[in-house]
Amino acid sequence: MKNKKDLTIYQKSIRKWGWLFLGPIMIAFAIGFLWPFIHGLYLAFCDFRLVSEAKFTGLANFGKALSDEGFLHSFVFSAIFTVVSMILINVLSFAVAYYLAKEIKGTKVFRTVFFMPNLIGGIVLGYLWSMIFDGFLSMFETSVLMDSKFGFWGMIIMVCWQQIGYMMIIYIAGFKTIDESMLEAANIDGANGRQTLFKVMIPNMLPAISICLFLSIANGFKLFDQNLALTAGMPITTAADGTMIKGTEMMALNIYNTFYGQSSFGHGVAQAKAVIFFVIVAAIGIIQLMVTGRRKNENKA
Amino acid sequence: MNHVKVRIICILLILSTLILTACSGSDKGSVYWLNFKPESDEVLHDVAKLYKEKTGVEVKIVTAASGTYGQLLNSELDKSHPPTIIVLGNNGSVAKWADCCIDLRGTAIEKELSTDSYNFYDSEGRLVSIGYCYECYGIIVNKDLIEKSGHSMDELINFEGLKRVAEDIHSRASQLGFDAFTSSDMDGSSSWRFTGHMANLEYFYEERDAGGWSECPKSLKGTYMENFRNLYDLCINNSTVKPETLATGGHDAENEFKTGKAAFFINGSWEYDAISADVPSATMIPYYCGVEGEEKAGLNCGTENCWAIPSLCSEADIQATMDFLVWCVTDEEASRMLVDTFGVMPYKKAAKSRNGFLAASDKYIEDGCYVMDWATNYQPNVDDYRAGLVSALNEYNADRSDANWEKVERAFVDGWASNYKAANE
Repeated sequence: MKNKKDLTIYQKSIRKWGWLFLGPIMIAFAIGFLWPFIHGLYLAFCDFRLVSEAKFTGLANFGKALSDEGFLHSFVFSAIFTVVSMILINVLSFAVAYYLAKEIKGTKVFRTVFFMPNLIGGIVLGYLWSMIFDGFLSMFETSVLMDSKFGFWGMIIMVCWQQIGYMMIIYIAGFKTIDESMLEAANIDGANGRQTLFKVMIPNMLPAISICLFLSIANGFKLFDQNLALTAGMPITTAADGTMIKGTEMMALNIYNTFYGQSSFGHGVAQAKAVIFFVIVAAIGIIQLMVTGRRKNENKA
Repeated sequence: MNHVKVRIICILLILSTLILTACSGSDKGSVYWLNFKPESDEVLHDVAKLYKEKTGVEVKIVTAASGTYGQLLNSELDKSHPPTIIVLGNNGSVAKWADCCIDLRGTAIEKELSTDSYNFYDSEGRLVSIGYCYECYGIIVNKDLIEKSGHSMDELINFEGLKRVAEDIHSRASQLGFDAFTSSDMDGSSSWRFTGHMANLEYFYEERDAGGWSECPKSLKGTYMENFRNLYDLCINNSTVKPETLATGGHDAENEFKTGKAAFFINGSWEYDAISADVPSATMIPYYCGVEGEEKAGLNCGTENCWAIPSLCSEADIQATMDFLVWCVTDEEASRMLVDTFGVMPYKKAAKSRNGFLAASDKYIEDGCYVMDWATNYQPNVDDYRAGLVSALNEYNADRSDANWEKVERAFVDGWASNYKAANE
């Protein structure tokens, strides 16, 4: 800590008035994020219909959430969806960025075109694509709502279309950070295209790859709007014992449906599901960051 | 500098006091109607304006976007100024919210009622919500087209007659220039006509066999599934569009009926205004489905439009709300506006309905026919239950085999039991 006398006039005023500038955003953060988050955690252990009349019930909600077959199905479905979408989005956006990072004519136009789908909201996108898919599938007298496979691949196509442009921007930025001299050196040493890509470019782009992997995993798990608008969980199979399984329902939609269902204990269970959901997404994110972090360190070493 | 800090804190304090004062209501009481039908939003605002002009009392109208009423209700009820009028129109929502609503027995608005048929009571017998209008649904028929096809309305007195007429029209559709039934899309904008309304024929007859339901049954027997299939098959197999295309949606049944492309249209009394100008001869017949004695069937009458008053509101607000509701059903001008939008208001002094389909319903009642009440209001966990049914019907529409109908039965009957469990246990 610096002695008070050593501080410049700017630092002094920041010390004195910093709270005034930080205050509003801290208040907004506390109101908009911290408090709902903590309150949400508490509510996961409660039975409630209105938030103001919550009754503490311990772990009962978690028991109910984990024994809900629909929730487990949505977890498996979300996990498969996340893996497939993560691989496709990253491979494709990397490929697009690889070509568009080069300064050739028209790249700016293409970059804009690829980025544009990202500006459309999820609900609109869902309805838009449902029309496109159904327009195509109606030629075979079927619909995207008729088969879980259609719904699954429909959503994959849709999120790829939406997110490739966004990830592409990050990858292009990654490509730009590679030192030209390194590429030149590889070239002089006689490295071919593939060697340059795998031995020089990719190791140097690990920060970009890491952030893109993180984003696509988190986006895959958290997908909601597109899921709601495209399939809303359809098709639904009713088993012989009456159990209903929604073929294309992802975790976030399952939580939403549990919360707004007719059940009087639904709110608490949905809240418990949301906590489980948060833990899963956070754990995956942390593991992924740790793994790519270690790779980065290995490269440095 | 400390002076500046003190000044800033003082200003913030004054501002927050001002905001808090502005937020607190007056002692006069206020009315806040949380409306669930987007299509009636405009007329409710007009009624609110009229009330303000006549009495000076402000009526706030907030309308939920389609399909989001439960969501909005949940968050609004938790606010410091909750709605003073909410809509609880089915057994599920009454069961969920009954204990935070006032008992309407013996209140001023209850005394204005002309019938008790459209009210909801909770398990303790408290009057939780009170019908403010009722509607009816069935099969809308274009009389002119029936006659044009060489048939007569007199044939439409049971399933046999309906089937004969519909199949004949469908077989000669290209020659006649119109078909029997309008499209029956399974998308969100239309599927409720079947999963909510037509399904009622099964529930109703089962309810009648059981001597009436007083609460949601834990399971269904499915006794009348074959009758539901009779009418459903007739409807999709003799239609303007192929059944295979129904899952996608995108057809416009109302327009098909208005432009004379089909003679039958599954829908309800709320369509009267939209249809009567184009099809002045339109009338409504019951769901004929092959049940014994159905010649004596009437239309499906009931309502989802029921007022409830949350007990969370202040005494002054409850009183102001009560005054407003009584005014709505007794004031000539206001009740006329509401009746023209909602159908019939079952109140002694309310304006009379000009709806032709409701008049058809009254005619059936006068002729001694039984009213098919809305047993559909008992559907447990209604959104999920109906979604399961839509999914099964989609499969059936694509391939109308017995194996696929079994899936419909499973969603209809077993789905009821599992959704009952999901909602109550």
